[in-house]
Amino acid sequence: MSDVAIPYMVKPHPVTGIPNGKFAIWLFLASEVMLFGALFSSYVLLRTGAPQWPPVEPGEAYQLSSEILNVPLATVNTLVLITSSITMVMAWASLKMKSLPRFKLYMGATIALSFVFLVIKYFEYSHKFELGHYPSHNNFYAIYFTLTGLHGVHIIGGILVNAYLLTFGTKLWFTNPEHFTNRIENAGLYWHFVDLVWIFLFPALYLL
Amino acid sequence: MDTAPATSEHAAGHAEDAGHSDEEMKKHVRQYIAVFVALGCLTAVTVGVAYLKLNRPVAITVALIIASIKAGLVASIFMHLISEKKVIYAVLCLTAFFFLLVMLLPSLTIGESVGVPV
Repeated sequence: MSDVAIPYMVKPHPVTGIPNGKFAIWLFLASEVMLFGALFSSYVLLRTGAPQWPPVEPGEAYQLSSEILNVPLATVNTLVLITSSITMVMAWASLKMKSLPRFKLYMGATIALSFVFLVIKYFEYSHKFELGHYPSHNNFYAIYFTLTGLHGVHIIGGILVNAYLLTFGTKLWFTNPEHFTNRIENAGLYWHFVDLVWIFLFPALYLL
Repeated sequence: MDTAPATSEHAAGHAEDAGHSDEEMKKHVRQYIAVFVALGCLTAVTVGVAYLKLNRPVAITVALIIASIKAGLVASIFMHLISEKKVIYAVLCLTAFFFLLVMLLPSLTIGESVGVPV
């Protein structure tokens, strides 16, 4: 294997003014915006094309989305994600202040909160499945499961990256702390994006 | 080309070079806490407004405005977009353009047939 280091992973690239890793994560997030954008657009299309939203199935009474879905649980989940966002940024700030123990505390809290989010989502999903409401039930459930499912996959991805950075990845701190801090900043950018998506998903699916 | 330092002493030097003093970081931390409180309050407002049972166009507008403020706070403070390099703004402007295009597609294509089953 080559010993040549990838250039500009710590110092800013002379053209962009930022390290390559940070530029790469922003390009990745731009592609993520388009991925969720396409699905949000589909949601608008389904909603505006429906005579009633959420659609009513034969033999069922009309219900608002706030009556179909569990708003208190989703509100708790919103607060959980917001809290995980501040613990994530505090993990980065701890490294800037050269405190590895505090970084571990905040990063651990971020991961724990991510699991809380998933457990709450599990309860929401299993209740729907008990009622026989699968994505095939109607367009409302189709777009609900697609959007929240994709968001959930992003949460799992974030957990994996953050867990690596909290365990095996930490050794980079002892050899190149600036590089490690940049990695945490990049992981944080991704995590805040996941929070940002939920900020729009919550009212769009649960409240309107 | 940057290379990893071999000793922890060197590593400490790098951490010093990171660019933010402790005092500066403490100021940032206070800002993060303020944003966190604001996000919690705005979430409560979003849910509270939903229980007012406003008519749909008004409810959608209010919810989108609140969500946009929350997203703005997360992006500008937590994601540090308030003080980013021009290249990031350029990427995001391009992304915003295509995002808006995608979001407007439904009204551009079925604008005259809203309410007609797809």
